[in-house]
Amino acid sequence: MPKIKLPRKSTHIDMTAMCDVAFLLLTFFMLATKFKPEEPVQIVQPASTSTKNIPDGYMKITLDKLGRVFFDVDNKVQKEELIQRINEGKNLGLTEAEVKSFVTGSGVGVPFSQLKQYLALTPAQQTAFDKTTRGIPTDTTESFETNELAYWLDASRFIVKSVDHNTGKETQGRIVIKADGDAKYPDVSKVIGTLGHLGIFKFSFFTDLKGIPPGTALAESGAKQDAE
Amino acid sequence: MAEIEVKGGKKHAPRIDLTPMVDLGFLLITFFMLTTTMSKPKAMEIQMPFKDKNLKDEDKNKVKKDEALTVLLSKDHRIYYYNGIGDDPTNPPQVEVTYFKDKDGIRDVLINKKKSVQDLISKGVLNAQDKAIVLIKPDSNSTTEDLISILDEMTINAIPVYAVVDITEVDQDFIKATEAANPQ
Repeated sequence: MPKIKLPRKSTHIDMTAMCDVAFLLLTFFMLATKFKPEEPVQIVQPASTSTKNIPDGYMKITLDKLGRVFFDVDNKVQKEELIQRINEGKNLGLTEAEVKSFVTGSGVGVPFSQLKQYLALTPAQQTAFDKTTRGIPTDTTESFETNELAYWLDASRFIVKSVDHNTGKETQGRIVIKADGDAKYPDVSKVIGTLGHLGIFKFSFFTDLKGIPPGTALAESGAKQDAE
Repeated sequence: MAEIEVKGGKKHAPRIDLTPMVDLGFLLITFFMLTTTMSKPKAMEIQMPFKDKNLKDEDKNKVKKDEALTVLLSKDHRIYYYNGIGDDPTNPPQVEVTYFKDKDGIRDVLINKKKSVQDLISKGVLNAQDKAIVLIKPDSNSTTEDLISILDEMTINAIPVYAVVDITEVDQDFIKATEAANPQ
């Protein structure tokens, strides 16, 4: 068999181009994305075809699959105003550090009686505590004593405002419910009932995006709108 | 003055191996890919019926039997439905079962209901401004996902009027009876 000796060339690849691509991708991610906001508890959201975004300046009620309720406000300045109001109203005696812990945290899911101790913990301890907490007490009554979610909402509804980026107009902040898909209906019903007692009949649910099924009324109205 | 002479002199420009630089670049990309999000979370808007405590029964909107479809959400993503409002226990309606499927599921039921209401309007049984109305009654075993999915179906099929209401005893009996008749 004839021996074909392939000349061995040195395998030097010029990595400059690869490096350019890597840093281009990196720059894209650094500029076009935002860090994911921290969640007090893991939620698997249901999906819907809605494409509406929520403007900044909202109140978020988190409902996990065990039916535990957590509450958060996205604007840090309004959050500080809120905790000061709660501090005065419920006479909690919060220190500066505890107020700061609330403002920088990712929402609370404890009754008012435990709030001071909860805010005194470090963020790592808070995450550990969130695994076993029973959430903010919520029920179907109108009483602010037993239905603490109603108290939180009542305190924040006039503090939380969202400013329209285009017009600069200030409107009342929206209420958004981030519920786990497996959360039982009675638990959702308690939250919706609480909103109803406060006279709030318009709110939103956070949902993942689902494609519009073809051939349905919504798909046709979307096609009509595109044609206009 | 001391002079430093470079002996020989380098003939080739110094070559830097860029492989670690690329590794670093991809490491940072992976970090940003996993910890950031590009899109704002989407939200579905809900409008619950206005609950006026002083509203008397007579003033409430009377829903006509022919235009209404009642949908009961139960466990395991099961949907029971019947035509009408179900407020007459002596005349129980025909309860049927379906699921959240793209074909032969609740979507087809809703499309058929809209068609039948249109037929009744053209036949003169209903007025021109009457529309298909869906009453959604989730029971205590249904989940949030069921609720969101059924509300999404309302939007997908352009159902003009719908409401989430409390499930009645009568409806719960329907569900129990249907489950008892079909043991699985």
